[in-house]
Amino acid sequence: MFYLGSRKSSESVPVDWQAVYRKRMLDTQDERLKAFYAAGVVSPDTPLKAVPMVALDFETTGFDPQRDGIVSIGLVPFDLQRIHCKGARHWIVRPRTVLPQESVVVHGITHSDIQSAPDLMRILEYLLKALAGRVVVVHFRSIERPFLNAALEKRLHEGILFPVIDTMELEARVHRAKPLSFWQRLKGVEPPSIRLVDSRQRYHLPYYRQHHALTDAMATAELLMAQISYRFSPDTPVSELWK
Amino acid sequence: MQVEPLEVLEFLQRYPPFDSLPEEALTRVVSEVEIGYFKANTQILALGQAVDALHVIRSGAVEVFRRNGELYNRLSEGGFFGEFGLLRDGKIRFPVKAIEDTLIYFIPAAVFHQLFDEYESFADAVEIEDRTRLRQAVSSREDANELMTSPVTALITRDPVSILTTASVQDAARCMTKASISSLLILHPPEHAKAGCIAGIITDRDLRTRVVSEGLSYSTPVAEIMTEELITVESTQYVFEAMLAMLRNNLHHLPVMQRERPVGVIAISDIIRYESQNSLFVVSNIFRQQTVAELATLVTDVQACFVRMVNEDANSRMVGSAMAVIGRSFKQRLLELGEAELGPPPIPYCFLALGSMARDEMLIVTDQDNAMILDDRFDPEQHDAYFAALAKFVSDGLAACGYPYCSGNIMATNPQWRQPRRVWQEYFDQWIDSPSPEGLLHSSIFFDLEGVWGATEWAEQLNQHILRKARQSQRFLACMARNALNRTPPLGFFKDFVMEQDGRQNNTINMKRRGTAPLADLVRVHALAIGSKARNSFLRLDDVIEADILPRGRGQDLRDALELISMVRIRHQALSLEQGDTPDNSIAPEDLSEFERKNLKDAFQILSNAQKFMKFRYQAGR
Repeated sequence: MFYLGSRKSSESVPVDWQAVYRKRMLDTQDERLKAFYAAGVVSPDTPLKAVPMVALDFETTGFDPQRDGIVSIGLVPFDLQRIHCKGARHWIVRPRTVLPQESVVVHGITHSDIQSAPDLMRILEYLLKALAGRVVVVHFRSIERPFLNAALEKRLHEGILFPVIDTMELEARVHRAKPLSFWQRLKGVEPPSIRLVDSRQRYHLPYYRQHHALTDAMATAELLMAQISYRFSPDTPVSELWK
Repeated sequence: MQVEPLEVLEFLQRYPPFDSLPEEALTRVVSEVEIGYFKANTQILALGQAVDALHVIRSGAVEVFRRNGELYNRLSEGGFFGEFGLLRDGKIRFPVKAIEDTLIYFIPAAVFHQLFDEYESFADAVEIEDRTRLRQAVSSREDANELMTSPVTALITRDPVSILTTASVQDAARCMTKASISSLLILHPPEHAKAGCIAGIITDRDLRTRVVSEGLSYSTPVAEIMTEELITVESTQYVFEAMLAMLRNNLHHLPVMQRERPVGVIAISDIIRYESQNSLFVVSNIFRQQTVAELATLVTDVQACFVRMVNEDANSRMVGSAMAVIGRSFKQRLLELGEAELGPPPIPYCFLALGSMARDEMLIVTDQDNAMILDDRFDPEQHDAYFAALAKFVSDGLAACGYPYCSGNIMATNPQWRQPRRVWQEYFDQWIDSPSPEGLLHSSIFFDLEGVWGATEWAEQLNQHILRKARQSQRFLACMARNALNRTPPLGFFKDFVMEQDGRQNNTINMKRRGTAPLADLVRVHALAIGSKARNSFLRLDDVIEADILPRGRGQDLRDALELISMVRIRHQALSLEQGDTPDNSIAPEDLSEFERKNLKDAFQILSNAQKFMKFRYQAGR
């Protein structure tokens, strides 16, 4: 589906995220972004058990960060031990693009919901505060980071960059590690689905309703906890997971 | 903008004790919830570990252990744990392990304590003491029935009407007509030592049968025809107790006493006003039937009466007694009919009820357990043909009236249980003096024994004999105790299974075999040990509590456990009848409510502990 292939990226040189944050903190003109970068990022060798994380999910008007916009944002802070509903946030925001009817069907956020919703800029301070100092966790990293980056470029003329742990990519490491053989393809074997709802099932996580940004964020946080308890250890360095 | 996670909210709303919280309280809870994931076979809580939250299972399953490593419980979706530690010292007493991949919703300690303080229903549900919860479950039901809570004085509508012993029967009849009443109290005259106290009672019927049909003079003193040895109730007793007294003795009028003076008389019609389709009706109907075939037509009335009592929230004692009285009445009427057909008995005899009927704990599905004591002049060649025929008549009649033959052949049709008095005494001497668990295995039923017809005083004498001997034989008590341990309760329920002490799972539970029967067995052992005359398990427990041989509070716990298990059994039988099924004692866990499961687990625990205590108390050679 959207998956881009892990072998290519694993060959690339790892990004020095702490350096990126230091540089951006100095370069940025926006106080909110400055505070976000100033909060820093854990060092790559930090064991997972010591990493503060935040699961993030967007509902959008489509799949193209340049043409489409964000309609809702859900997030929940967590660490390896527990997810904290107390810090959960959910916003509906007004995109600067039209809201196609097809997307309304998916996330259930209507035109009138959006009419009364604030622009992303009005909540940016709170959003960045919730993300600051935490490693962002998403399911399918081609949405949240690129969409937030594009939205800020449009509004502030500067983007945003941070590492993400992608639970879909972690699933792909197992289920897409080897391409299907000729025989498997001939027999019509399908690779296991790595969609959020299917991935959760493999860890016996309960069914949650989909396409609500906060619920999806929680579902993602739970999935990561399960993935780590199955395939990693609390002592695994965060650099093995983030991109 | 902060919002509560909907999935958490909707989940908690579905499960007790959260389902009873008001929405705004629940929203507050949800916004504080934390979530954790535990892979199968990982430890969730270790013994002695600090506990900071109530753990609610969102998905998966866990096993809870005792300090000594014994399995305590197995819980799945909606189950919760950690409350013991939270309510005591914040340390884990019951370690917990995930047996499936498990997602836990944590309710932080501060929120938990707040809910505990503010909402009684929540506090009750998570209360540490299992028995407290059971007590509440049982007592909240006790309050539900009007018969249980109304004092008998509520039925008294007028001052008692009375006449002195010296009055004539005609004076009595005039007095009754004037007051338009159907019974009249007879008092001792002023010069009598018991002046003002009741000497007897007469009824309309007495005037007909004892005066008119006998051709007595109208001037006959009323004292000559009155019924003495009155059965009465105290003004402090409840309506249901009055009802039981009338049922047991087939009375239509019952004087109510206060400090030995009558304050009123209640009639059958007063109680029937309380309860439309009454068990008293069924009993009087039984005595009106002229053939076995006619008696058999009453089976549906008996079932309807049972169902109605259950639906009107009668407790297990009311149901058990009513059914026992009805069963006893069938026996008595069958014996009357039998004697009418076979002629009068050649020698005196006593017909016995055994087991649940003798204990007043009969339900709708009960084998007939009976026996006969014959006069010591019994000569088999001369007399046995008669008694064998009579026994067969009664036994076949009972079977026709819905009481199946006893599979263990404990019936008067079996020559072994149709014996003269001295043989019965030898039986009991043998059982008590040279006991063996095997020998006593099938005879415990004989230790619940009641005479229902004929020379019933023989049954009482036999009971006295047993009482005297049993309490003195440690070996006998030890054997009885050992047999009472043969049947044990399960640990509880897990998903749609019955969970055994060793963790095995079954599809159904026999509530009699695994609940009420071992409880009755246990109570019987204690009752024999203290020489209690009572036969009903609740009354025996009263005596056992009085004798103070159980650890404090345990007697009351056992009452609650017996009431709860009996009522679950009774309710499920009533439900079967209402659905047109054949009632039995087997229940599938999916037919139990969450409330019943939780309380049953508590009750099973109480029984299990009581069995351990009994084992310790009655050891042979102590």
